[in-house]
Amino acid sequence: MTQFLQLLFQGVALGATYALIALGFVVVYRASGVINFAQGAMLLAGAYTISWLATDVGVPFLPAVLAAVALLALAGAGFQIAVLRRVSGEPTFVLVMITIGAGIAVTSLMEALFGTDPRLLGDPWGSTSFAVGDVTINWVKVWGIVVTCAALAAYFCFDRYTRWGLATQATAEDEEATLSLGVPVRRVHLITWAMAGALATLGGLFLAGFPASPQPSIGDAALRAFPAIVLGGLRSPTGAVVGGLVIGLTEVMTSGYAPSSLGDNFYAVAPYIAMILILLVRPYGLFGRAPAERL
Amino acid sequence: MLAVVVVFAIVLPFALNAAQLATATFVVIAAIGATGLNVVTGYAGQISLGHAAFLGVGAYTGAVLGADHGVTAFIWIPAAGVVAALLGAVVGPVALRLRGLYLAIVTLGLIFIAQHVFFNLDGLTGGPQGRAFPAVQLASFDFSPGQVLDLGGITIDSSGLYYFLGLILLAAATAFAWNLRRTRSGRAMVALREREAAAAVMGINVGRLKVTAFVVSSAMAGVSGALYGSYLSFAQPDQWSLLLSIQFIAAIIVGGLGTTAGPVLGCAVVFALPSLLKQLPFLPEEGSGGLSAGDLTSITYGLLIVAFLTLEPRGLVGIANRLRRTGNGSDVGSSVTPKLTVTTPEEAHP
Repeated sequence: MTQFLQLLFQGVALGATYALIALGFVVVYRASGVINFAQGAMLLAGAYTISWLATDVGVPFLPAVLAAVALLALAGAGFQIAVLRRVSGEPTFVLVMITIGAGIAVTSLMEALFGTDPRLLGDPWGSTSFAVGDVTINWVKVWGIVVTCAALAAYFCFDRYTRWGLATQATAEDEEATLSLGVPVRRVHLITWAMAGALATLGGLFLAGFPASPQPSIGDAALRAFPAIVLGGLRSPTGAVVGGLVIGLTEVMTSGYAPSSLGDNFYAVAPYIAMILILLVRPYGLFGRAPAERL
Repeated sequence: MLAVVVVFAIVLPFALNAAQLATATFVVIAAIGATGLNVVTGYAGQISLGHAAFLGVGAYTGAVLGADHGVTAFIWIPAAGVVAALLGAVVGPVALRLRGLYLAIVTLGLIFIAQHVFFNLDGLTGGPQGRAFPAVQLASFDFSPGQVLDLGGITIDSSGLYYFLGLILLAAATAFAWNLRRTRSGRAMVALREREAAAAVMGINVGRLKVTAFVVSSAMAGVSGALYGSYLSFAQPDQWSLLLSIQFIAAIIVGGLGTTAGPVLGCAVVFALPSLLKQLPFLPEEGSGGLSAGDLTSITYGLLIVAFLTLEPRGLVGIANRLRRTGNGSDVGSSVTPKLTVTTPEEAHP
């Protein structure tokens, strides 16, 4: 039972981080219909930026995180202006391919800049923890859940109560109609990419927290948030949260209970297998609907 | 034109040194796989990130049949294609239910699942330590390293033999893809790429067509993988990674999506890059830290994808056609390369 509760906590904590990453995908997808395959690379860049500022430059941790969030938001916006704006109006196929290319370039650039060895994150929590009964609760995981909840709440407020949130919803619905109503659609895209950069940095922070550390493999871990968005349906923030939790729990539970006959590191592929099984039954995800098609 | 290309391809190995010939051989072998990816991505417009998994399946099929069971290469090379195609037929129906971008995600999952299987099936793949792959033996032709074929004063070494075998298979794959493009299925694939719903309304069985494209693509990947493994002679499971898939995507984009010559041109650029970049003078020694040749090549693949899609979506074939048009002053190249776009930027953003 203790083991189950321990895994349950870890699963929820990992799920919260996946939800944060998944939200980054959903934000971009809702506004532009593009699945951002560069999200893993942005996340890696965010984690490395925090690590670099907090350990090499010597900035205190909180300002380092805020600076990294701002830098990555700028980078996301810059990518949108410099590259994606040139191909606006092309089929999504082209845009998605561009994010794949940009992703591999940035990931390799990070490896070239920071090497492949794990680095120190520079966070104040480290491996500190407290115990509830026999269950060990790590502070970094608690903060991960708190920050995820805060980010989700902020996004819901943005989406529901601000003009830009409304503009984003309209753009997601019909870009041309929105444009004809005088909404600056380009700026909507700019904002969503900046948000994706910021969310990726926070996701990277908690993926790189104890027991992991900033290293190239967390970019792959970010790709495991894909099953989360697919489960949740690509357009639904609520779905992102539920999908994130399902995938986080799946991964942690299989790491605890999967028989060794399934091979080493089975937990790393379990989310993908869960995803494919669910897609076989519900092709548009748990929360997605088949879109109406017009010719 | 075709004759010039054929003569060039046949004469090429005799003009290259050993290292250059090895690169050319990898390019030719990879181009078989890229031709396959071009069918599913270039013709049918479906993004597959799982190509490397099919190469891996082909390579291990070849190794198990050729090395462990002593089957002749006349059988294990085609068998590699068949087994990969079967896997494509199994994965296809999953893809069939999904539209557009979901396929990219499912095939991304396929890569990781395949890697997991490769790492854990020690008996077939050697596990994390990797395994040896058999050299091709075709009748009296022995492709093992060190063997030399003497044709009346002209000698062809092991790399050369692989080059010519790859060239023959590449010619077959290219001819197949070129013909496919002009058949009912091929034109249906292009319709699917341009607009799935419209294609379905016109009576195209979209689901079956996607599976067909996927199976053709997988078969070519399998053959390519079998030769690739055999020419490498040794590979670990992480050879068949997401990065390899992205190299293939980069190749068909750089060459020109949906064109016949595109995959070959693209592979010539993308798969020759590592050996070219290794010779850059400012790179530090291998293993001494800093910017490695491997990182630099991956960065370059990524930037090539971004640059070509933003600046010249029709790839090298598009550039060649434009040069030819300005040179002749006539519109000779117009029969090739439909552009990917449906709407122009001006239409979407007035």
